[in-house]
Amino acid sequence: MHEISQLIACEHCDAVFKKLSLANGEIARCTRCGSELDRNAQERRNHLLPLTIASLIIFVIANVFPIVEMELQGLHSQTTLIGAVLSLASEGISVVALLVMATTLLFPLMQMLILFYLLVPSKNTDPRPGFNLLIRMMQTLRPWGMIEVFLLGVLVALIKLSDMATIIPGIALWAFCMLTVMLTVVVSFNPRYLWQLEEAER
Amino acid sequence: MLNSSSLITQEKAGRFHTATSMGLLSCRQCGKLWEGAEQGERCANCNATLHMRKPDSINRTWALLVAACIMYIPANMLPVMVTSTFFESHQDTILSGIIFFWVSGQWWLAAVVFIASFLVPLLKITALFILLISAQQKSTWRQLERASLYRMIELIGRWSMLDVFVVSLLVGLVQMQGFAQISAGVGIMAFGAVVVLTMLASISFDPRLIWDTELPQNEIAQAAVPDLQNSISKS
Repeated sequence: MHEISQLIACEHCDAVFKKLSLANGEIARCTRCGSELDRNAQERRNHLLPLTIASLIIFVIANVFPIVEMELQGLHSQTTLIGAVLSLASEGISVVALLVMATTLLFPLMQMLILFYLLVPSKNTDPRPGFNLLIRMMQTLRPWGMIEVFLLGVLVALIKLSDMATIIPGIALWAFCMLTVMLTVVVSFNPRYLWQLEEAER
Repeated sequence: MLNSSSLITQEKAGRFHTATSMGLLSCRQCGKLWEGAEQGERCANCNATLHMRKPDSINRTWALLVAACIMYIPANMLPVMVTSTFFESHQDTILSGIIFFWVSGQWWLAAVVFIASFLVPLLKITALFILLISAQQKSTWRQLERASLYRMIELIGRWSMLDVFVVSLLVGLVQMQGFAQISAGVGIMAFGAVVVLTMLASISFDPRLIWDTELPQNEIAQAAVPDLQNSISKS
């Protein structure tokens, strides 16, 4: 078994191409099926670490403060994301509660933490412990983080309630808006290119 | 963006060299190509298991898709949300929630929820049927469109979680005991299951199967992978 390093196969259709060294920001697409074949991720890498750190901070804000406050004839009510998950769990449909918790809290948090760990510069040139496993985890988690869908859900819920009660958007709502934008950039980075970056460093 | 024509192997349809036709195995995790590797062997770079195609892709996708279709019925028939106030209690299904928005004049919101909760799951299920059946028949029908269809369902599938999030938020927020209370209905469980199952189905489908059509072996053998430098100078 030996590596054929001068060729590359398309992930989506298996067509084989000769590898080309790409300049910064260049993307090569498969001419057979049109999916992304290869890209130079060096430049993205530099944006990625600061963005990941900022996302982590905003993620904390988004989860500590209430998303929305509701006022209905003198009665107040507010909820955080965790509060909503707990209400669901207490209703006896903990499967859905788990699903919501996983897709909006656990998976995005894990993605950010793993990326942070893998990107933080170190003097050591060896691959860091768990590199393989963590990249595999990131690739598995990638479709399951749904912060942006959650944000749309918040907006729909707010409009639905605005008919019957006074709605005051909370700090966390703005935090979720920012988080959505930043995570879109962070998560659109295919963890596969971390291999490419790691090789370049060696 | 790089001009993609510089990476052409062979333009004529169906005459592409594939890793399989060249006896190579590509690693799904790190993208490296290996010669002389056996199926099930580990990638020497990243230790992932090497497969020619995702193992048992068609069967697994069928199983998940059928399960999703079954769950689709309770997901749309059973209430996803129960609203109880002092005077009354009423139940909402996915569709009645959309109709409520429409009737109350918030037609754009009705459209958003209709697309995310009704159209997207339906589209995804139909698309997976088309992809599975055509891949099983090794059809050469509209391969490029089918490849984009696959990429599209991978992209939009997650958006049908919308209703699950809306219900969880309403349940978390409207908890004024005896006065106004919203609780989740069983339907939301079935609906969540449809979303998860269709997502798992599209993950387990191997898009390379779209291109695995039977071609005369000699045609493949004759097409050489041209030198890249030549392709560049031509373009």
